[in-house]
Amino acid sequence: MPDSAIIIPSVLNGLTTGGLYALVALGLTLIYGVLHIINFAHGALLMLGLYAVYFLNVQFGLDPYAALLIVPPAMFALGYALQRGIIGRASHGRDENILLVTLGLSIIIENLSLYFFRSDTRTVDTPYSFDVVEIFGAFLPYPKVVAFVGALMTAALLWLLMSRTDLGRAIRALAKERKGAQLVGINADHVFAMSFGLGIACLGVAACLLLPSYYVNPQVGSGFVLIAFTIVVLGGMGSFVGALIGGLIIGVVEALGGLFLGESLGQIGIFLIFILVLIFRPTGLFGARA
Amino acid sequence: MKTDRKLLMLIAVFGLIGLAPMLIAQDSLLNIIIMTLYAALLGQAWNILGGYGGQVSFGHAAYFGTGAYAVAVLQVQFGINPWIGLVAGGIAAAAVGAFIGFCTFRYGLRGSYFALVTLAFAEVLRILSNSVDFTGAGVGLLIPLERSAANFQFVSKEGFFWVIWILTFAAFLTVWKIGNSRFGAQLMAVRDNEDAARALGVDAFRVKMGAIMLSGFFAGLAGVFYAQYFLYLDPHIAYGAAISVESLLVPIIGGMGTLFGPLLGAAFLHGLSELSRAVIGDAPGISLVLYGVLLVIMVLFVPRGLAGLASHLRSGKPGQPRAEEGKGHA
Repeated sequence: MPDSAIIIPSVLNGLTTGGLYALVALGLTLIYGVLHIINFAHGALLMLGLYAVYFLNVQFGLDPYAALLIVPPAMFALGYALQRGIIGRASHGRDENILLVTLGLSIIIENLSLYFFRSDTRTVDTPYSFDVVEIFGAFLPYPKVVAFVGALMTAALLWLLMSRTDLGRAIRALAKERKGAQLVGINADHVFAMSFGLGIACLGVAACLLLPSYYVNPQVGSGFVLIAFTIVVLGGMGSFVGALIGGLIIGVVEALGGLFLGESLGQIGIFLIFILVLIFRPTGLFGARA
Repeated sequence: MKTDRKLLMLIAVFGLIGLAPMLIAQDSLLNIIIMTLYAALLGQAWNILGGYGGQVSFGHAAYFGTGAYAVAVLQVQFGINPWIGLVAGGIAAAAVGAFIGFCTFRYGLRGSYFALVTLAFAEVLRILSNSVDFTGAGVGLLIPLERSAANFQFVSKEGFFWVIWILTFAAFLTVWKIGNSRFGAQLMAVRDNEDAARALGVDAFRVKMGAIMLSGFFAGLAGVFYAQYFLYLDPHIAYGAAISVESLLVPIIGGMGTLFGPLLGAAFLHGLSELSRAVIGDAPGISLVLYGVLLVIMVLFVPRGLAGLASHLRSGKPGQPRAEEGKGHA
């Protein structure tokens, strides 16, 4: 039985990883909360964002954190176009059709990346990649602490946007009562695409904060997909607070699972949580709707 | 007498396919036909649950991998003959189907949630098979080479052809039978509108359980065949996402909920990937890009698949997307 000298750093480390997971899940939960669709291409789009940050760094020497000014807006535009051009037309009245189309998109994006970028795993070199910060006697990687703070700030910004701006009001109106919102003059197609774009922009933020402590290859996104779904389901579909807390819980579960069960079996806890929550409490910890 | 015509057509089509070994001498060409039949079997397995039952699964690798591991583990660890493993693999996969079905249908999971949970189950199995010793963990299992018909390892491709021909034909006959049975009518009623079906006295839980077990059984048989044909398995092959994607792609392209859809889809997909290999070469990922593009195009524009396209071309009426015919919401 490992004692607290091992467990506390492990939990803190899990919390910072969880912050990153939460960042990925925020976009997913925003998209679900408004459009009621499950975006299966979320991981593939995160991978695209990571490549964008990587090439900006390698080609132009741009710091990954400076890429925050470029990558999220570009991802927003991509998300807007995808929703308006493809995903929004796919449902034919069945949710599963959207799941299938986003699955198709993720297959396309992943394999095009494999074709163009090859399967090499790449990392960026920044002066702070190996810096550490001491918190409660635990030494945590500096980029992960930055990402953790970034996740909290992104969640706060999203909350402000949703509660204080006209766009946020329009998004919430559409999520609650689609016909009514359209009757008062809200352009549903446009606002849906804006929400999808915002969700994908969150991935852009995640990519910039993630890359200094992580890596990128064409398969990197698929590892995040189920984890992000788990967080969203655990926190309650469409809840920002839920995504944040769910992300932290999953990060800690993964860290402790790895500590007690070993690297390969450790991840199983995440999927078991996913299955159990969906079966017994599909509204999640903070979800309002059934 | 429309249904009898379907049966005659089924027998005629499989009869024609059965001529292949006599007409084709090259092993490489026969291999394509074997892999097409295998894909049709896997797709038809998915079609029972997803096409006829309306329960879209993202995790059919769970059944495929269980069948494949059953036959491999029984041989390697216990020295049990693979023909017994064929039956055991099918039954083990059906049991996994029963377990997943019980966990999900019991609690009323539908639509996208069902899809995601099946994916999570397949992932759990992948991690487990990657971690325990008797599946060979991450290294995988190599089935020892011992070529003989009694050992389910044929010297020529023709032996494998007849095995997959029989298994696939059996799956198609089963689905033809489902289409004409009370069980099939109830299954389609549950797909089209579960609440209405229940109001009419259909035991939706039992019907879906039947479908997921049958579906798992045939997917398990496909897994057994795969293991014997390639004689190697690892967690990524057996429980990886590629198998789950292939098994849903085949019937979606061919036509969900139709008898011949999976065969059309399998032939189309394998034809396409051979063609792309001939034209573009063996570039990594390109044939999968085509699969993804096809999936998007089919769901967007041809939701009833090739079979639906064929039938409305014949009747000369413009096609309607499935949902607009009243296929209910989840």
